[in-house]
Amino acid sequence: MVERVQPGDAVHPGKPVTVNRYGAGARLNHWITATSLILLALSGLALFTPSLYFLTALFGGGQNTRAFHPWIGVVLFLSFFIFFFQLWKANLPEKVDIVWLSRIRDVIGGREERLPELGKYNAGQKFIFWAMTGLILLLIVSGVAIWEAYFAAYVSIPMRRVAVLAHSVAAVLIICVFILHVYAAFWTRGTLRAMTRGTVTGGWAWRHHRKWLRDLAGQRKTGPAE
Amino acid sequence: MSDSPRTAVSNPPTQPMASNFGERDLVRRSATEDLPPPERQLTPVAKLIDVSKCIGCKACQSACVEWNDTTPAIGENTGVYENPHDLTENMFTLMRFTEWVNPETDNLEWLIRKDGCMHCADPGCLKACPAPGAIVQYTNGIVDFIHENCIGCGYCIKGCPFNIPRISKADHRSYKCTLCSDRVAVGQGPACAKACPTQAIVFGTKEDMKQHAAGRIADLKSRGFANAGLYDPPGVGGTHVMYVLHHADKPQIYANLPENPRISPLVQSWKGVTKYVGLAAMGMMAVGSIVHGVFARPNRVSREDEENAEKLVEGKPVPPPGEHA
Repeated sequence: MVERVQPGDAVHPGKPVTVNRYGAGARLNHWITATSLILLALSGLALFTPSLYFLTALFGGGQNTRAFHPWIGVVLFLSFFIFFFQLWKANLPEKVDIVWLSRIRDVIGGREERLPELGKYNAGQKFIFWAMTGLILLLIVSGVAIWEAYFAAYVSIPMRRVAVLAHSVAAVLIICVFILHVYAAFWTRGTLRAMTRGTVTGGWAWRHHRKWLRDLAGQRKTGPAE
Repeated sequence: MSDSPRTAVSNPPTQPMASNFGERDLVRRSATEDLPPPERQLTPVAKLIDVSKCIGCKACQSACVEWNDTTPAIGENTGVYENPHDLTENMFTLMRFTEWVNPETDNLEWLIRKDGCMHCADPGCLKACPAPGAIVQYTNGIVDFIHENCIGCGYCIKGCPFNIPRISKADHRSYKCTLCSDRVAVGQGPACAKACPTQAIVFGTKEDMKQHAAGRIADLKSRGFANAGLYDPPGVGGTHVMYVLHHADKPQIYANLPENPRISPLVQSWKGVTKYVGLAAMGMMAVGSIVHGVFARPNRVSREDEENAEKLVEGKPVPPPGEHA
């Protein structure tokens, strides 16, 4: 069952109404994950194609890039999976996701009035959440398999060849998902503050996640201790 | 003096010499697409290892250690002849010993193969290497690691069909046989060939070595080794280290010498289609976002949305749940 309201979600009256969407812990994890992902993409792309090898200069040369990249990966893995356990219950699929996806043209066109009312996450956000989860798992497993400095002795060379190919493909995909995620957050104005201040306006919640806002408003009316 | 040495047995001249080949003779350079074509073609060289003449003395290993000034750690006896037990960053060549019972004659044959870099014409290490100029190939066929450019990623290990490169735990750089490129550059053959007491290892131009091998193979065939032959595998474009094998139909019996070595298709697709399709996919994703950002109106929250939220929170009537607002 999808968790419709998550711990810490709350609505505050005012002009405009503000809605708590992410607590400090979730935001901290998000930004550690985000910073790590950007650093990993830069250092990984540097070793992916010679035309981007110059990016190694950002890390102090090729040797440092090779040495830092897997450690940054460990940081991302840990922070993402703490984050994962904060979010996953609200990202379970529901029937309404199919309706939303079937009207993806209205989503891209910004015709939100033609879309069903949604809970805390829409199907696009859920896709990003699960795509990140799956790809990060694949990347950490394949990444450890090709971590020359510590794990070379434990993985056969044919396995390492499979791992390096899987790592590259997964990396390309996660960068695509990352671009989608960042762009969607910019295009949907008023979203970024959910990850900076932790709150969104009531109007934002009404427009994009109305079921979630109704749940929160309903909780307020009936909640014993407010 | 000719451009490439013809033998390893000659003694070096006593006067100093300038290096006979260098950066202008590169035919391939790792992670470098715009390498200028070489100004000249050096005569291709090759080392020929005749396993039927090898007595397993390890003089080649000693000569290699001495010339390259490496100091392999003192090993432990684990009951096999290999010493050390594998190639290492300090041991570029290794005699591998196999006790093989020939099923046709029921004879025990002691097979000794000097393992080390094969100097492939199509080097998998160089193909896999992400660091510009860390692996180079000269027009004479020598594949060399330029250690100051090496980043220690281990991609060369994945590229190599012969399991040759080794990464140093001390300096995180990859090492292997250089075919004594520094000796060849001053008209000398490799140290191992120079030291070999039976001339099981010989060195010269690739053509000369093939001819020499043909003579050796004819001799072996006349003495009952009907399947004697040259190991110069075409799957990697031929090699600049070749073997004369008395059982060339079964190279695997010589400590798993691959029968048809080639760069793994996984490595080929990683370095080929994955790279191009991947860059295109990421590029399209970025361009698509920019185009949408420029041409589509931003998805903004309206005044009405805010008012509805305020009414909802204050308990005033708002549009009911439904498909449309």
